[in-house]
Amino acid sequence: MQIELWINEKKVRAAIEPDTLLIDFLREQGCSSVKRGCETSNCGLCTVFMDEKPVLSCSVLAARADGHHIVTLEGLKEEAEGFGAYIADQGAEQCGFCNPGFMMNAIAMFRENPDPTDDEIREYLSGNLCRCSGYEGQMRGIKAYLAFCRQKGGQA
Amino acid sequence: MIEIQNYVRAESLAQAYELNQKKSSAIIGGMLWLKMEKKRVATAIDLSGLGLDMIEETPEEYRIGAMVTLRQIETHTGLNALTDGAARESVRHIVGVQFRNLATVGGSIFGRYGFSDVLTFFMAADARVELYHGGIVSLEEFAGMPHDRDILVRILVPKTKGHMVYLSQRNTQTDFPVLTCCAAKRGEAVCCVIGARPMPAVCVRDGDGILAGGIREESAVAFGRYVRERVTTGTNLRGSGEYRSILVEVLTKRALLGILEREGEAERAD
Repeated sequence: MQIELWINEKKVRAAIEPDTLLIDFLREQGCSSVKRGCETSNCGLCTVFMDEKPVLSCSVLAARADGHHIVTLEGLKEEAEGFGAYIADQGAEQCGFCNPGFMMNAIAMFRENPDPTDDEIREYLSGNLCRCSGYEGQMRGIKAYLAFCRQKGGQA
Repeated sequence: MIEIQNYVRAESLAQAYELNQKKSSAIIGGMLWLKMEKKRVATAIDLSGLGLDMIEETPEEYRIGAMVTLRQIETHTGLNALTDGAARESVRHIVGVQFRNLATVGGSIFGRYGFSDVLTFFMAADARVELYHGGIVSLEEFAGMPHDRDILVRILVPKTKGHMVYLSQRNTQTDFPVLTCCAAKRGEAVCCVIGARPMPAVCVRDGDGILAGGIREESAVAFGRYVRERVTTGTNLRGSGEYRSILVEVLTKRALLGILEREGEAERAD
C-alpha cells in the first residue's frame, strides 16, 4: 500500500506492507537514529514525534502514520546538539545506544514543561531505559542544561 | 509478533463494525498489547479517522472517545478535577509518556484485562460504555460480559460530585500493578473497586452499612476487611493470591482514609 507523510518536514511518498512498523520504515528512509532496544514497547529507544507528541515508533503502524508529521532526532539537530553537549559533559552515558530516544523525549519534556522539578523529570523520562547508567549523570546534565536556559532567559 | 494482511482506516463505524464481524479481523486500538501477540490478522481495522480522539463535555457527563489516549486522560483538567486527580494517578505509572501517547482508553477497556489500572479507575468513576451494537451498558456489567465482536465507541463518565482516591501497588515503577484499588464516595454511597487481582476489576459496595456513620479510622479498617472477604485474588509471577488479599485490605483502608482527608479539606475550603 501507498502512504504519504512528512519526515522531518520533508514530504515522503512510499510503498509499505500493511504491517510495516514505523520504526522500520523510518530506518529504511535513512533515519538511523531510531533504535530498537526491546520487543515489548518498554524501552523508549525508538521515540519519535508524531504530530509533535513523543511516541514509540516500534508500536505504530507505518500505515497509521499516513498523512501525519514525523520528526526524528535527525530533524532536531540544533536543539539536540545544545542539549546533547550537557549530557556528554557529565559523561552520563557509556554505550550511548539509548541516547537518541532519550534526547527526543527530553526535548518533548522541555517543550511541554520548561521548568520541571526533579520528580517531574523522573516521571516524564521513566519510559526511557538506560542499562549502563543509574540515570544520575543524565539528571545532572538535564539540570545543568535547564540552568543554562534560564540564565539565557529564553525557552529550553 | 503480529502479522497483518490488510490495513483499513475505517471511514465509518458501520464499516468498522461490518469488517470486524470476521474472526480474522481485529480493531487495533493503540496496538501496544496486540503487537506482542503471536497472531495473524487478515484485516486490521483502524478507528483513528473517526474523530474518536476527543473528550467532549456536556452538562451531565464527559464523553470520552475510544481513541483518546491514556496521556489525554492524565492531563485532562476537568476529568481530574472531578475525580480528585484519580484519573491521572491511575495512568501515570503505566510505562512512559511515549507509551501513554499511543495506548487508547477503548483498547484498555475493551480488553477487560486482569492487570488494568484503567478499568479499575473508570469502574470506580461509575462509567458506562457505549457500544456500537450493544448500546449503553454500565462498565461494571461490561467487565463481566463475554468478549464479542462489538465496537466500543465511547466511555461516559457522569459528573456526579464526590471524592475519589486511586492507589496501586507495584513491585517496581512503570511495571504492571500487583493490585489496584480505587475508592469513591458520591453522596453517602461508597464503593471500592479492586483490579489487577489478577482478574478484571470488581466493585464492592457497603452492603452492611459499615460506613453508615461516616468514614472513621475504625470503620475504614472494618471496610478493608469486608472488601477482602468479598474479593477473590489469584497468583501470578508478580505476587501470590494471599499477598494480594492482604493488599486488598490495606489499600482499601488507605483509600478510604484518603477520602476522609479530602472531605476535611473540602469542608475547610467551604
